[in-house]
Parts: sequence; structure tokens; C-alpha cells
Amino acid sequence: MTIGVCIKQVPARDWQPRLNEAHSWIRDVDVAYEMNEPDAYALEEALRLKEKHGGEVVACSAGPARVTQVLREALARGADRAIHVEDDRLADADAGVVADVLALAMKHEPFDLILTGLQSDDQGSAQTGVLLAAHLGIPHATIIMDVQVDGRTLRVKRELEGGWFQWIAMGLPAVLTIQSGINQLRYATLKGIMAARKKEIRSVAAPPRLEPRQKIVSLYAPEKTKKTELIEGTPAEAARTLVKKLRDEARVI
Amino acid sequence: MILVVGEARGGNLNRSSWEAVAAAQQLAGGEPVAVAVLGANVAAAAAELAHAQVAEVIAVENPALDPYTPDGYVVALQQTVEPLDPSIVLLAHTYQTRDYAPTIAARMARALVTDVIRFRVVGEERRFARPMFQGKLTADVVPLGPRPHFVTLQVGAFRADQAARAAQPAPIRSLSVQLEPGAIRQQPEAPFQEARQAVDLSQASRIVSVGRGIKEAANIGLVQRLADALGAELAASRPICDAGWLPMERQVGSSGQTVAPKLYLAVGISGAIQHLVGMKGASTIVAINKDPDAPIFEVADYGVVGDLFEVVPALTAALKE
Repeated sequence: MTIGVCIKQVPARDWQPRLNEAHSWIRDVDVAYEMNEPDAYALEEALRLKEKHGGEVVACSAGPARVTQVLREALARGADRAIHVEDDRLADADAGVVADVLALAMKHEPFDLILTGLQSDDQGSAQTGVLLAAHLGIPHATIIMDVQVDGRTLRVKRELEGGWFQWIAMGLPAVLTIQSGINQLRYATLKGIMAARKKEIRSVAAPPRLEPRQKIVSLYAPEKTKKTELIEGTPAEAARTLVKKLRDEARVI
Repeated sequence: MILVVGEARGGNLNRSSWEAVAAAQQLAGGEPVAVAVLGANVAAAAAELAHAQVAEVIAVENPALDPYTPDGYVVALQQTVEPLDPSIVLLAHTYQTRDYAPTIAARMARALVTDVIRFRVVGEERRFARPMFQGKLTADVVPLGPRPHFVTLQVGAFRADQAARAAQPAPIRSLSVQLEPGAIRQQPEAPFQEARQAVDLSQASRIVSVGRGIKEAANIGLVQRLADALGAELAASRPICDAGWLPMERQVGSSGQTVAPKLYLAVGISGAIQHLVGMKGASTIVAINKDPDAPIFEVADYGVVGDLFEVVPALTAALKE
């Protein structure tokens, strides 16, 4: 089977936010980027399905030139080839635009299954996978914790809230958004990294006119809902002060 | 008009529907508010919603809407929304909404803004605040293009008890929708619970919770000893349970348990939204984290910025003094 995996490149987890001058986006000159974590789980699931059923895994990403880093990493972990919708305007694009351009680039590929993470660690809209399914006219399921393929039938375990789950069956092709923790991630081997150099990353242009669905008016540090009392001192001093406050002020111990 | 879409399962209304009603009333500024609820039999849910101060409640019924499927809901909701021509369609940002709201936005070629925590009206413009970058930043965003704009609200961001109620119940209108048998492509099975909920964290009065900052499974003992010294239950954020370092039944957050203890002590937890929604109801929250900008400090009453591998043993020792 041919499996597409949509991967986003996002700021690394330990990144300290800094804003551009207009406060409309982040200052991306000093950002270290990495693969969006839920997408890494989607990639791993695709690689496992390929190992079981045979076929091909195609990593797809929309973004500026820097995005080749995560595509190269996907190839090193075992994806067979990659598609890169390359355009500087996609750096801060909303989920609507990302899904539009991915759909245009992916619709001519013979995908049996498309996987992506349930949401991105940057904008976190939780829309792209579902929008993509709508554009491609194929069914979808979200927040998936298990994927079983039997011929042309798909059976997936969808996570509900509060520890509940549900199995859902549907036909192929389909789009699934994958929940973190569905599997254990593999890391690229040296052999994989070497092999990735010879694999194809096909660059596709975005259409001249993009259609944004939202405008960021301003980006700012979150407003605190509580006033946090920060406790200073050496670990031992801070610990003693905290115990005293929990006993005498908050009265919770 | 602002249209709220309530969520009912097995006839029971999800509490977040009332949060959406409250938000709609605050956002309306003179526009009428209507509420729709979808299902095979939504009479009870519609009757409950009719107590809200709204123009009308629309009971959207079809046997094919139970059980929930994204395909069924999208077809039904589109037939509900289009004749009403609302300016905004408001939904709670539940797992179910996340499953179908993008599809209806795509079918109708309309904007969808998700996970909204606040709004502000500036002139004619409605600006919606939503977290970005794992809650490290907040963005004020404006949906673009023709109305209606679809907006989903973070669960817990608006207060259900602030929804205005009317002396006389609102009229309930029944709307039957056309659903072709072939329109639903997903075949769902009955929901089930996997982990035996041997640990009911919702009843715990003190909880010590551990996150990624603990680095490896072998270090969990450090936090367990602190929990023991406090007489607290041990809990964790999602990545710890994903890694198998603690069982899933100890997970706090949107995919785990929702807790409201007297004391919640978060160790090495950055405070992703998915975690915060499960614990921000705690009376006293303490955070220990090396990153002073970690979102957990936004909800903490007391914070210690420092290395948990030094602070946690010191705290355990101080409790025993």
C-alpha cells in the first residue's frame, strides 16, 4: 500500500518564544526546528504498516526551504520519498492554507492511506488532516491509537475523552490523525541517514494565490490567570519556605 | 444570529454546551442566539437547553445520527446552518467537535478558528484569543472570508454557570434532516474503557504529578518518595504514560482524568493545554520547573524555578523535618 504522511516542522520543544517586530509571528532567525511530535508518531505508524503490508511511505510537508530538514529526517527513518510544497509564504500559514496546498500536491498520488499528527505543536489548530480528507473527498477518523488494515478495509481505535475508546471501520483510501503514544518511535540509524541522501525530495510550487482563513492580529505572552508566588533561594531554602507556606498559608498539608 | 451547537451523547448534554451558550450570550451584542443539538433523540437535551436565555432551540433529529459519525453530523449540521445564515457558529472544542468541525468548514468553504479561550470586540471586528506554540504564546486572530465563521471554544475557558437563563423556556423547533444511507462512510462500534480505573484520582485530596522533566523511568522513584511524604497520589502528564513509565490510569489531562484536589504539585510538567484542562480546578497548585516561562506557572499559586533533581529531594526532606 502507498501511505502518505504529512509532517510539519515546528520550533523545538525547548525554544524560548521571541516575537517579530510587528508581534504578528515569531522571530524565526533564532529558532531551532524539529519534527512535530504527533507527526513523528504518524510516520512511525506508516513505517510499521509498510513493514507489515509492503508498499511505500511518502513524507509530505508544506513550508519554506528549511522544511527539507524534517523531510530528510523522515527519509532517514525509512520513508521512501518525499514531496515538499515549497514557499516562504507557508512559514506562518494557517491550517486552511496548509491543507489546500497539501491537497493539490497529494491528489495525484495513489495514496491508500494518509496519516498525520492530531495537531501541530506550533499553531495547534487540529484541522489539517480533517480538512485534507474533505478536499480529497475521502473518509477520515481522528485521534487514533491503533490502525489495522485488512485488504481494503480499515479498522482504527479512536480515543474519546476521559479514558474511553471506540473502534471504527471504514474503507480505503482514508485520512487518519494519529495520537502521540500510539507506538514507540524509532530513530534514524547511520545507515538510514546515508540512504536518505539518495532518496528523492520532489519540490512542488504552491499556487500563486493562497487563501488565508484567519489573520493573526497580535501575538503575546499569555495572560496569567493566577498570580504565582515564586519561591527563591537554594533548593533546601526554597523547600523549607514552600512547606511552611503550604502548611500555614494554603493549609493543604 | 449566533448559532451554538450543543453536544449530547445518549441523550445527555455535555456540560461544555452550557459553556458555549454563555460565550454566545457574551459575544452576541444584540444578535439573537440559537442553539442546535443533533442526534437520534434529543428531546431531553433540547428541553434542558431551552432553559437558557436564547431565541430558540433546534432539535436536529435523524436515526442515522446515533451513533455519532463525522459524515452524518456534517450533512445534518450543514442543513441546519445554511437556512439560518448565522454570523458565527460556536462549538465546544471537544474530541467530537475536532472530528467534524473542519469537515463542515471545508464543505461550506468557511473559516474555522479553534481552541478559543477569550474574545474581544474591537469596532465591528470580533477577535478570538487562542493558545499557540504549546501555550507559550497567545494569538488574537480574526477569521477571514464570508460568514458564518466557525469557532470552537476550549473546554473550561468559559463558565457554564454564567449562562443567562430565562423565566420562560425558549421555543423548541424540530428539524428533520435528509441523510442518504450511503453518506456515512464510518462504521463505529460501541465505546469502551480500556484501563481498569483502579485509581480514582478525582477523589484524591493531594496529587503529585510528574512530567517530561523527569527524563527517565528510573527517576520516577524520586517523585514517588515526595508523594509518599505528602500522603499524595502519584499522577503524570501524557508523555510519561505514553512511554509506559506510569500506567495510563494515572494520566491527568484531556485524554486522562480530570482532578480537583486541595493540592496539586506539578514536577517537571511544562503545562500543555491538554494537561492544564485536567488539573486547573485544583485549589492550590505548586509547580517545580527549570523553565521560568513554562505555561504551568500561569496557573500555579506557588512556583519554584529550579532543577527538580535538587528541589524534589529537598522538599521530601523538608516535609520529614
